[in-house]
Amino acid sequence: MIRSILTAAALFASASTLAADTLKMAVTTSFHNSGLSEILLPEIQKDIGLEVQLIVVGTGQAIRLGEAGDVDAILVHSRKAEEAFLEGGFGTHRREIMYNDFVLVGPSDDPAKIAGVETAKEALTAIAVNEAPFASRGDDSGTHKMELALWNTAGIDDTKRGTSWYNEAGAGMGATLNTAAGLNAYVLTDRASWLNFGNKQSLTLLFSGDPVLFNQYAFLPVNPEMHPHVKHDLAMNLENWLTSARAAELINSYTINGETLFTFNAEQMLKAAE
Amino acid sequence: MVSIPPLSVQNASVTRNGKRLLGPVDLEIMANGLTIILGPNGAGKSTLLRLMHGLEKPSGGRVRFAAPRAEAYAQQAFVFQTPVMLRRTVLGNLTYPLTLHGTKRANAEKQALIWLNSIGLAGHEHQLASALSGGERQKLALARALIRAPQLLFLDEPCANLDGASTRDIERLILEARNTGTRILMATHDLGQARRLATDVLFLNKGRITESASAESFFNSPKTPEAQAFLKGDLVL
Amino acid sequence: MLEIWQGIQAAFWLIVTFDADLYEIAARSLFVTCSAVAIAALVGLPLGAWLAVSRYRFRRFVIAMLNALMGLPPVVVGLVVYLMLSRSGPFGVMGLLFTPWAMIIAQVIILTPLIASIAHQSIRDLWAEYHDLLISLNTTRSQRIKTLLWDSRRALLTAALAGFGRGIGEVGAIMIVGGNIDHVTRVMTTAIALETSKGDFALAIGLGFVLIGLAIAVNLALHVLSGTEVRDRW
Ligand SMILES: Nc1ncnc2c1ncn2[C@@H]1O[C@H](COP(=O)(O)OP(=O)(O)OP(=O)(O)O)[C@@H](O)[C@H]1O
Ligand SMILES: [Mg+2]
Repeated sequence: MIRSILTAAALFASASTLAADTLKMAVTTSFHNSGLSEILLPEIQKDIGLEVQLIVVGTGQAIRLGEAGDVDAILVHSRKAEEAFLEGGFGTHRREIMYNDFVLVGPSDDPAKIAGVETAKEALTAIAVNEAPFASRGDDSGTHKMELALWNTAGIDDTKRGTSWYNEAGAGMGATLNTAAGLNAYVLTDRASWLNFGNKQSLTLLFSGDPVLFNQYAFLPVNPEMHPHVKHDLAMNLENWLTSARAAELINSYTINGETLFTFNAEQMLKAAE
Repeated sequence: MVSIPPLSVQNASVTRNGKRLLGPVDLEIMANGLTIILGPNGAGKSTLLRLMHGLEKPSGGRVRFAAPRAEAYAQQAFVFQTPVMLRRTVLGNLTYPLTLHGTKRANAEKQALIWLNSIGLAGHEHQLASALSGGERQKLALARALIRAPQLLFLDEPCANLDGASTRDIERLILEARNTGTRILMATHDLGQARRLATDVLFLNKGRITESASAESFFNSPKTPEAQAFLKGDLVL
Repeated sequence: MLEIWQGIQAAFWLIVTFDADLYEIAARSLFVTCSAVAIAALVGLPLGAWLAVSRYRFRRFVIAMLNALMGLPPVVVGLVVYLMLSRSGPFGVMGLLFTPWAMIIAQVIILTPLIASIAHQSIRDLWAEYHDLLISLNTTRSQRIKTLLWDSRRALLTAALAGFGRGIGEVGAIMIVGGNIDHVTRVMTTAIALETSKGDFALAIGLGFVLIGLAIAVNLALHVLSGTEVRDRW
């Protein structure tokens, strides 16, 4: 009895130290929900013997974890926040890896008629004019920031987004999609989360393809000068792998229901830190 | 024999919520004898015993012991009017005071079994004390108080609820303790018992000691009218 | 509604197929919560007893505080423990963040007031019963505490089980300080939160049923081991 408890304790407590090389990386919920990490992580382990431990959080929290030195690297998609992170000296550099895109999802009867429009701006204007229910992340995440930027380009600032139809979930992508399904509302989501989402109810994909909806993922190692304990070498190993031809092939060939989700766009030459 | 009394109460009183329950009381307990405390319900008998045992803090005056305080309390025992049983077995209740003071468990159990025999509870040792009858509990409480051979023993109506045979058992234990040097102070309502056991009597009424005398003189010629009425079985007002 | 039925099926298949991931996270849940309960009980039970037998100034205030702390929001505890254990925090050098130890620490903080408070309530009642006897027997304070703890052990088992119940179902704190890392800090509740966020309600509910089953099994096992609720004993 006592022995088995101790064995169990040792097992759980040392799980992180047993593996030779482990690296902690904060990633966004939307990336993790895409399922791509489940393809990439075992390959990384196989190719370079590195166990990547993912901390799945919102963009804001991912940045905070990096700033505090609690992770060795972050993989996020919010350009402004990434640049602020570098300016603060928290990261060594920013390396673009791949992009996916955002889509507008909504009730299948499409009361705001956004299915036929040309641009994201028109789609949002139609939703606002019709005061059709809309569910927003409202959590300061990369997706939320993208959504706010789109509203601003459409000239619909927050005073014009009435609470009668505009709902802030204050939650992750999955929870917000659950909210949208419950309210039969429009929602901006990354394509991966949408395809992997299991509780679609009467929601359907209505609008996509506008280049402003592209979503760039970047890898930022935490600065070892600021946090000497971070495993910068391992982070660099990981970056080299993520930008390799092998990663390109895995990323580009990842599909859900036959649909490609990510486009690899890392530049092969390693640029010096800016 | 020491000349100073082992216990003296000096001008002590007990007040609760502004109400005086007892006192002021002056009292000297001499080294030998068995003092019976008599008095009507609510007279303050329990309060007086509890005061002497340190369970009530005097609101005025004091209680003094010949021995140093800690030592004095270590050599006292108290049997409460409603016996308190530990939520343990009968044996567990009896060994508790012994093991508290470092007696080895096996040793304590051996002693406890002897006591169980003498209070007629042999065979009940592994039963929960809470499952005993009221009278059995009182006998167990007395045995638990006697098991460390206290020098001073306070008994608060130890025979209430007991049948004749059990009362006789208890009186036998009390006399045995007395004969082996235990000084006993006991409250009771049983005048027959008081006559059988007492060497001295304290008569309490409305929180004051109205009479303190040898047993013989108290029962034969009570001085105060309250005591006379009490002995006749009349109402004391 | 359909999801509930699918959830029962999912739970059934996960268990009968000896799903390795399920058994791993269930074992980790047990390890984290049982460790936290053990530590919280080691601190909380004597603390509850001490509070019951001691007279001190601000007694009411301390007890009111303790009762209020029972309702500590786990997310806040998680956040505070995170800030303490973060590399930028005072205990950062220990490198405990995102390990099961961090989860245990957070749960100890959540469970200790709960266990101490429940223990205090039942010990206070027993103390009222034992007060005169224990004073009369000239016991020291530590003897009193020991006696009260031993004689109220069944009530204290209930306190520990209440702690277990709160801990095993807790997600807010351990999500923040554990990070829900697969194979390192993922436990039943964080896995359920993850599946819910993916919209896979059936699997989430399935895991939920397994969690409830686990809680029932632990409760039953402890009651059988401690011999309570049998025969005519209280
Ligand atoms: N905790 C208390 N608070 C207030 N009054 C109390 C308290 N305990 C006892 N009293 C009062 O003190 C008085 C003396 O009580 P005590 O128990 O000493 O009487 P007693 O002589 O032992 O009576 P009995 O023969 O009924 O046992 C009673 O009037 C009782 O109501
Ligand atoms: Mg009385």
